[in-house]
Amino acid sequence: MNAARGSLLGIEHLEAAEIMKILKLARRMNPDRPRPLLKGRRVVLLFYEASTRTRSSFEIAAKALGAHTVLIQASGSSIEKGESLLDTGYTLRAVGADAIVIRHPNAGAPQVMAQHLDVPVINAGDGLHEHPSQALLDAYTILRNKKSFKGLQVCIVGDIFHSRVARSACHLLSKFGVKVILCGPPELVPDIATTIAPGVRVTRHIEDALRGTDVVMLLRVQKERLAGMKIDLPEYIARYQMTPARLKTAKKDSIVMHPGPIIRGLELTSEVADGAQSRILAEVQNGVPTRMAILARAMGRMR
Amino acid sequence: MKSHDKTSLLIHGGHVIDPAARIDAPMDILLKDGRVAEVAAPRKIKGADSRFDARGLIVAPGFIDLHVHLREPGQQHKETIATGTAAAATGGFTSVCTMPNTAPVVDSVEWVTWLRQSERGAVVSVFPIAAATRASKGAVLTDFAALQTAGAVAVTDDGKPILDDRVMREALILGGELNFPVVQHAEDTRMTADCSMHAGARSFRLGLRGMTAAAEASIVERDVQLAMQIPNARLHVAHVSTADALKALRRGKRNKSRITFEVTPHHFTLSDEDMRDYDSNYKMNPPLRSPADREAILAALADGTVDAIATDHAPHAHHEKEMEFERAAFGIAGLETALALAITRLHVGKRVPMGRIVELFTSGPVRCFDLRGRGSLVRGSFADVTIFDPKRKWTFDASKSLSKSKNTPFDGWQLTGKVMATIVGGKIVYTA
Repeated sequence: MNAARGSLLGIEHLEAAEIMKILKLARRMNPDRPRPLLKGRRVVLLFYEASTRTRSSFEIAAKALGAHTVLIQASGSSIEKGESLLDTGYTLRAVGADAIVIRHPNAGAPQVMAQHLDVPVINAGDGLHEHPSQALLDAYTILRNKKSFKGLQVCIVGDIFHSRVARSACHLLSKFGVKVILCGPPELVPDIATTIAPGVRVTRHIEDALRGTDVVMLLRVQKERLAGMKIDLPEYIARYQMTPARLKTAKKDSIVMHPGPIIRGLELTSEVADGAQSRILAEVQNGVPTRMAILARAMGRMR
Repeated sequence: MKSHDKTSLLIHGGHVIDPAARIDAPMDILLKDGRVAEVAAPRKIKGADSRFDARGLIVAPGFIDLHVHLREPGQQHKETIATGTAAAATGGFTSVCTMPNTAPVVDSVEWVTWLRQSERGAVVSVFPIAAATRASKGAVLTDFAALQTAGAVAVTDDGKPILDDRVMREALILGGELNFPVVQHAEDTRMTADCSMHAGARSFRLGLRGMTAAAEASIVERDVQLAMQIPNARLHVAHVSTADALKALRRGKRNKSRITFEVTPHHFTLSDEDMRDYDSNYKMNPPLRSPADREAILAALADGTVDAIATDHAPHAHHEKEMEFERAAFGIAGLETALALAITRLHVGKRVPMGRIVELFTSGPVRCFDLRGRGSLVRGSFADVTIFDPKRKWTFDASKSLSKSKNTPFDGWQLTGKVMATIVGGKIVYTA
């Protein structure tokens, strides 16, 4: 059984044209000027994992389109009592959900759910796998700052292995011919990462990653996902932390992005986080129109 | 054990392949009183109570599966001895060796005896493999001698490998003294926490933590090293899946140590690249490996290094599989597709002679565990016979499986080679 039309399970299997369609739609979305495209529809936000940005921006996006939202979190719901993923899905469908936005600690959980439900399922982050709405809002942010993807070079620095943001970004950027450089120590950036999509390469040296780069994406070291892996944080900071001095190696008009949450003093300094090149808060802001577009598409309201 | 059929049965017109007896020719076989009474040239045997027409078919010693999970005691919702052995008969197996990782663990004489009782409703012969350590906790060895006397054919902590060097050494020493094989599920679980598939490009892309080939090979290397040092030690390595582990095993075998090993049909048929995204019917342990590993296994099957094909039949209920991939149970059903996959992949695909394939299901397994009187059709052997059509094409329909569970990646596969009849103790227990 296939996922319902309008589902967004990942970037990997989306075509470039479809991505551009979503981004164009996002440009027409304005959370301050609500459009009741989804009036009376019910969007369930099913969060098995903690989230601030993604959850609030999906909720605001849904409401800006006139939809009702219901938030379900693992604690305080039947999930805590041992209800299975699919049973939770069937229950939400029976209750009248028109779309399910799901965040889950296990890779592939949204796909499993989508295969069994007749409503669109939107992946709001699944384990180490994908975070498609983040990749789309990042693409939206890049296109607001750069004319097009043509000839761009993006470096992603940090914990690639544990990052669904990085995986989705690699797929998306690669589809538009962007050169992607992944940078970090071998434990966090395994060589196998280059196989994820065409045009992706790996380097251990931050200067190598930054030279000629238009977009610097930083990632958090995800302590909660390290699973016994030993990472020497002072060493990491010494080699990879983004500082104003290092940032000078990148193109003059380069921008700095970070999916958040940021840890000041670890993957970046405050000067970089709050500096003129930073687009970290713009990303958060862009999350709302992007997710409005994703939800409108999910429920067949592309126009 | 079950009662033997008192009447005689003549299997005539077939082509007998019995690698242990070096027979590969048209022959008739007379089964009588639960034993093979006579093997002779066609039409030489006269007078039998009943006859089986095996024209166009291959007649082989009853197949032996060294590695099945029949889930009793305690996990009857997945499988029972009755349903699992019915599936075994459909797959041409006349003997199956059951793994002890049940609830409770089969670590006592009482449970070994219980497994062998006729009340269990077994359709084919069941040979228990007992736990190597108490409750398979990897610390204190079980009473090997008593378990062996009770009918266990080997010991293992399958699924929970013996990691402690000292315990593994003790197990091999004691097993060596008793001529009792120690079976290892080779996986350094310290390296595989939270892993659900093979570590490679595919696992990276799917965002699933991967088990490295080294996690298997390092344990195999250690065990081979130990086995080479201990006189008479009998090491049997279960479901070998990586090229690196094969290297260590080849070294051990060259050294003339008593080391044997099995491979599974899914590991020689599929690789991690064949997985459908997050489909837990492709989730098992050891996982589907790289295409290079699969090729190495195919080569070892063809060149005689592999001792046996074993299914690692691991049935699970629907609700234990249809869920988040990382949380789904490890294991797939395998009894009903093993021979057809071997013929399709090895014989048709790689031109491995049919005699070698029969060996991998019969005399090979007997080399691993002592199953006296089985694995051959020489006169006096148990009247266990597997009759199959090596050319018959068919489509596997998992929903029609006799196993309680339907967790298989081979549903809907077109296969070549079909079991036409399975005979246990002179009695026909399955016909197609």
